[in-house]
Amino acid sequence: MKKYISFFRIRFVAGLQYRAAAWAGVSTQFVWGFLSILLFRAFYETSPGSFPMEFSQLSGYLWLQQAFLGMFMAWFLDPEILESVTSGAIAYELCRPVNIYGMWFTKNVAIRLSRTVLRCLPILLVAAFLPSPYGLSAPAGVLSFVLFVVSMFLGTAVLTAFSMLIYVSSFHTVSSMGIRTLAVSAVEFFSGALIPIPFFPDAMKTVLNLLPFASIQSTPFLIYVGYIPPSEGIARIALQLGWFAVLSAVGVLWMRRSLRRVVVQGG
Amino acid sequence: MIELKNVCKSFKVSKRNAGFKNAVRALFKREYEIVHALRDVSFSIGDGEMVGYIGPNGAGKSSTIKIMSGILTPDSGECVVNGRVPWRDRAEYVREIGVVFGQRSQLWWDVPVIDSFELIKDIYRVDRVTYRKNLDELTERLALSEILRTPVRQLSLGQRMRCEIAASLLYDPKILFLDEPTIGLDAVSKLAVRDFIKERHREHGTTVILTTHDMQDIEALTERVILIGKGRILSDGSFEDLLKKGKSGGTVEQTVAALYEELDI
Repeated sequence: MKKYISFFRIRFVAGLQYRAAAWAGVSTQFVWGFLSILLFRAFYETSPGSFPMEFSQLSGYLWLQQAFLGMFMAWFLDPEILESVTSGAIAYELCRPVNIYGMWFTKNVAIRLSRTVLRCLPILLVAAFLPSPYGLSAPAGVLSFVLFVVSMFLGTAVLTAFSMLIYVSSFHTVSSMGIRTLAVSAVEFFSGALIPIPFFPDAMKTVLNLLPFASIQSTPFLIYVGYIPPSEGIARIALQLGWFAVLSAVGVLWMRRSLRRVVVQGG
Repeated sequence: MIELKNVCKSFKVSKRNAGFKNAVRALFKREYEIVHALRDVSFSIGDGEMVGYIGPNGAGKSSTIKIMSGILTPDSGECVVNGRVPWRDRAEYVREIGVVFGQRSQLWWDVPVIDSFELIKDIYRVDRVTYRKNLDELTERLALSEILRTPVRQLSLGQRMRCEIAASLLYDPKILFLDEPTIGLDAVSKLAVRDFIKERHREHGTTVILTTHDMQDIEALTERVILIGKGRILSDGSFEDLLKKGKSGGTVEQTVAALYEELDI
């Protein structure tokens, strides 16, 4: 266990050195957040009745999304890992007494958290002071907040376990570009990153809520804004745990199978 | 103790002729060729030996090293190193070996060297006292004190190679695999690396298996040389005996080249 903690630390600290990138990220997120809110306001003003949630809840959702982008951005895949498979540098990792799944998982979570730590505070702070209903209001309750924190970490775990499947698939292809594009678009669309899940048609919503994608960012954010009450939140968290167990089990087994057949090409 | 018995490994290599028509045809029907990288490779290496493993490009040197270090699984044959089969219980096995690939890096490129070393210490569960002792010794022998705090990306190749070698010795491996450790190094760095390997072998009794194209590495370091060509072991013995098989006269390099040609490998 200690080796994974040390590895987490070294990646986390290394991630903190990219300060300019963090500032650039913060400003992008502000602009993006404002634009999304303006867009949804146009919808809201046309027909407030067909809006599935309160406008302030939606604003809260969007600001949380911007603040915690680092933890939930599906398109982030560690280029070093993909590169190590393509270039054969993975040979070295195979010479170490570590579980590669555990190592890559730790590394991904460390990078995601270090990016988030640098970016979330300024966004949360400004969003909290924006006038209602455009800002981020306090969580729906103490219990909601606790569930939100738990659910957020689980969401990152589910997403990382999903990314691991993409990494393992790269063992089997010369370029993982195709699978990446496809998988990332699917996650973006079905996880509520583009349009929050409450805005989908009812039939689709029922299905989406059961898929692993809803267990990524949708569940924690909707718990925070109170759209999902704490009583239901607990069931959703159980679902997150379930998906994490399934996705990581598939990933571990698939990686074990792939490593048995691995060929590191070239001298 | 390393023992290989009748190890075979083949790879599937896709082939097609040049041109657009053939490229389209390859979309529907792939042609593969089976390349036999290793055919019936057998040898054994005792504890504390220093062995050179030579042969032209594509002869199967790296494949053998990869099998011995647990990265590749052979198609058939046996390989037992210190009583273990490398590719089974890989994680347990690799604790006892050090590997340096001259063409790849094991250090984390965006953090100082010392951070990589600390991480290796935790990965291999080296206790603090042993780590301190090994680090001090390696720092002194490889002249690392100036560069330990530099990020790996800013090191020269010679400096990096010294760090790579140190990294693979921090946990006292019993066996050290060196795959082209002097590739691309200048004369001074080459000599430094050679001297260090020699010393390490003498003082710690580490078993060393070295692949290289640099015949001076072989001359300076190893007593026993295994020659591989087209996946077969062609000779196993002292370097002098090997040279006697080739035409005499000329430099070592020329003699070996003539020998490769004569053996048609």
